[in-house]
Amino acid sequence: MKETTMSNLPPTASPSAGAAVSLENLVRTFGSVRALDGLSLKIEPGEFMALLGPSGCGKTTALRVLAGFEILDSGRVIVEGVDLSNVSARKRDMGMVFQSYSLFPNMNALNNVAFGLRMRKQSSSVRHKKARELLDMVGLADQAAKYPHQMSGGQQQRIALARALAVEPRVLLLDEPLSALDAMVRAELRDQIRQLQQRLAITTVFVTHDQEEVLSMADRVCVMSSGHIEQVATPAEIYARPSTAFVAQFVGISSRVPVEVSGQEVVIFGQRCPVRSGESSSVTGAADALLRPEDIAIEVSADGKGFVTRKSFLGAMTRLVVQVDDLSLRVDVRSDVGSDIELGTHVQLRIVARDVLVAPRKVMATSEVGA
Amino acid sequence: MSNNEVTGSDLGTLVLESDPVTHHRSSGLRQLLRRSAPVFAIAPFLIYSFLGLGIPAIAVTYYAFQKEHGGWTFSNIHFMLTGEQHVFLTGFENSIKLGLLSAVIPGILGVFIAYAIQTSNSNVLRRLTSTAAGVLANFGGINLTFMFIATLGSGGVLTLWLADIGIKLSNIGFNLYTFSGVLVVYMYFQLPLMVLVVTPALGGLRASWREAAENMGASSFQYWLRVGIPVLLPSILGGMLLLFGSAFAAYATAETLTLGLISLSPIQIGNYLNGNVIAGQTHVGYAIAFGMLVILSITMILYSLVRRRASKWLR
Amino acid sequence: MAPLVGEVAEAENESVPPFSTGSSKRRRRVRWWRGVVLVLAGAFFLIPIYAGIKFSLQNSASHFSFQAYEKLTSAPGFTAALTLSLKIALVTMVVSTLLMVPTAIYVHIRLPRLRRLLEVVTVLPIVIPPIVLIVGVLGVFPLWAKSSPYLLSFMYVILAMPFVYRSLDAGIGAIDLKTLTEASRSLGGNWSKTMWRVVLPNIRPALLSATVLTLALVFGEYTMAQLDLWQTIPVWIAQFQVSTDGPIQVAASMLGLVGTWVLLLFVVSIDRSQSRRNRKKLRA
Repeated sequence: MKETTMSNLPPTASPSAGAAVSLENLVRTFGSVRALDGLSLKIEPGEFMALLGPSGCGKTTALRVLAGFEILDSGRVIVEGVDLSNVSARKRDMGMVFQSYSLFPNMNALNNVAFGLRMRKQSSSVRHKKARELLDMVGLADQAAKYPHQMSGGQQQRIALARALAVEPRVLLLDEPLSALDAMVRAELRDQIRQLQQRLAITTVFVTHDQEEVLSMADRVCVMSSGHIEQVATPAEIYARPSTAFVAQFVGISSRVPVEVSGQEVVIFGQRCPVRSGESSSVTGAADALLRPEDIAIEVSADGKGFVTRKSFLGAMTRLVVQVDDLSLRVDVRSDVGSDIELGTHVQLRIVARDVLVAPRKVMATSEVGA
Repeated sequence: MSNNEVTGSDLGTLVLESDPVTHHRSSGLRQLLRRSAPVFAIAPFLIYSFLGLGIPAIAVTYYAFQKEHGGWTFSNIHFMLTGEQHVFLTGFENSIKLGLLSAVIPGILGVFIAYAIQTSNSNVLRRLTSTAAGVLANFGGINLTFMFIATLGSGGVLTLWLADIGIKLSNIGFNLYTFSGVLVVYMYFQLPLMVLVVTPALGGLRASWREAAENMGASSFQYWLRVGIPVLLPSILGGMLLLFGSAFAAYATAETLTLGLISLSPIQIGNYLNGNVIAGQTHVGYAIAFGMLVILSITMILYSLVRRRASKWLR
Repeated sequence: MAPLVGEVAEAENESVPPFSTGSSKRRRRVRWWRGVVLVLAGAFFLIPIYAGIKFSLQNSASHFSFQAYEKLTSAPGFTAALTLSLKIALVTMVVSTLLMVPTAIYVHIRLPRLRRLLEVVTVLPIVIPPIVLIVGVLGVFPLWAKSSPYLLSFMYVILAMPFVYRSLDAGIGAIDLKTLTEASRSLGGNWSKTMWRVVLPNIRPALLSATVLTLALVFGEYTMAQLDLWQTIPVWIAQFQVSTDGPIQVAASMLGLVGTWVLLLFVVSIDRSQSRRNRKKLRA
């Protein structure tokens, strides 16, 4: 049966849906590991905030602290001006979608979705009606009588979403909800979640390790590592202007070029470039410049220092790997230009970025390319 | 598919795929031998099972409906149900009662104990108790019986100690050598059995269910009421069915403790075999045995139904 | 119900999801309540053991004494019963091995579809309990069979089937029998060499486990032995006349219990190390 897209959305968002969230100085230690290291973050009402980072960075812990499933060693969780740190999870009025298998197996979809309403003592006719509306919203009205084990992963997660939204929570929490799904379903669901969130204007916190999800869905991204925040900014800024080496390597692709820093400037390919403000300004001496593929421009030139070793067609852009001395650099060019460039062509390289991110030199045999 | 895979759906049509060259060159006899090889290999097991399980079961069923000197009849069944002041019927009632009690009580207690073990943070405790459960669940029979005689018998260590502090067991009405005594002894291996059966099911209770429930405002009680127990129920019922079957069919403890005087179906069969045959009713023993077969078959059918439900939910 | 020993190792392999940490209040409540339950359970299981040992360490005058254990071996009928039990056990173990090992292996390699059938057959001894079996057996088996104690061996093999099959099946499953045999064959080994040098050594732990369980079964089985009128150890214990030599019956029973424990602990440790090996293989 073809699944319908979410169309029956309420015309206007209820004004009370968005709550301001403030995490203040969260500290949580497990044994010898500091999962949260003084984390502070403010989330605007109705905002879609993504927590991005590798496993073990504390993003899930932060989410669970917000939900009330983890206790804090110190710090405060404030929602709509109220300190919730000592409030039990069941009284926090939040909706959570887990990574997988969170639907109650002994109930069909309708009863799963209606569960929160049942806990709020609403009559069965009221809660069933509301549950049906929500199922409709996620396009699964025809699955109301099905049990979790009869549904696919993607369907289960949509039901889980409906269930979380049924209680009209102040904050919507999503803990890597797409990680257990396969690629196609993931992409579809991504769009649907974002659309729904925007229509309902619910403050949403979304945890993931997948940067693609984050870049396409979030209003702002909070990149984390080892229990602290690396950078909080819009996806565009995170991508184009990473403020730390970690962010530069974790999000998007970076090529590392050895440079010497002197007086907040570096020289790359004979060009003088200013060092980006922020973390980079404290680096001196031998360093690596972290360049995005679009920070570099190339010109076909017979005496150019670099030559093209690989070409990958990515659609609008074509990604070239250019060899300069013993460096391999990734450079993106528009595909109409790229189609004319053959392997082995000599090119001249030029930095077109406003400023350059640098990090302390890493000693490696070949230049490193970020994940 | 590798060269030596066996395909086919029933024994008669099993074909051993092999190198096509040798296949062509095989004689008809070789082919026949090859085809029947699997049958030969499995035959001993099947024959043995048939002799050891099939024949006795068939014999019991057959003789249950046979007159003393041949001929079909329902009189054995009839006598079993109505004769001798309903003593045989009482036997079934008591056996079922014993089975139910020693299924439900240890069943429920076993769930609590299994839960207590599961929620422990100590790996040592969990290892220890699961080993203990595995070992204790296999006890039964004579050794256990005498250990309990040493504990709660008339001269038993615990009996005497309780008497010393003023509690006379006989005053409370407890006597090891009666129905209640047999029940207590059964608990000793039924409890660990239940713990063993329930533990995997408890392990299948995902933390995310609990958290999701909490997230939506459910208290502990509401979680257990609406999610936890319903999900566990098939496994708990399955465990209890297993316990029922095991207690219902048990013989050794009851016979030794009560010297064959208690009214239980297995005991009555035993009496019949020992020669306490009522004149003209030599086949009643078979009828009782047949009755037990019926009850146990129903139990196992219910068990398999319940198991299927459990595995669907607790993936 | 010996088959469930295998479930012990299984139960441990299930990764136990941590129960929700939740509020510290709830955790404290659970911890307290859990302690009570475990202490009560522990008492229920340990007190009889203590009582049994204490009771057995008395003489007829109720003073502390090793008399019962000392007099055990010379008690009338003991040696005969022990010998009988050992003989029956030996025959049972041999027949069971000879019957079940080839069957389990063959089904695993060649006839995976029959595994369902095997599973059903091996569950039957639960549906047709010993008391019913012995009635049927005594009713129709020929006299020459009934007058031999090895009739009991014959039936004990049946009773042992559930856990013997389970054990072997688990052991065979763990070593990826198919690949091993194919590898051996491709290297030139014929069937018997493959069986002898490759397969059997690898299922030794499972076989050992199954055999030990069979031994425990034989030394604990009362119903059929008593009704078939053979005085094996359990029957001997039950029928022993109380004498002035102290609590012989209890002493023998406690020895039996401790012996069974040791055997079963041994089995559980084999199962556990085998499943640990399996998990390592899966990870590799």
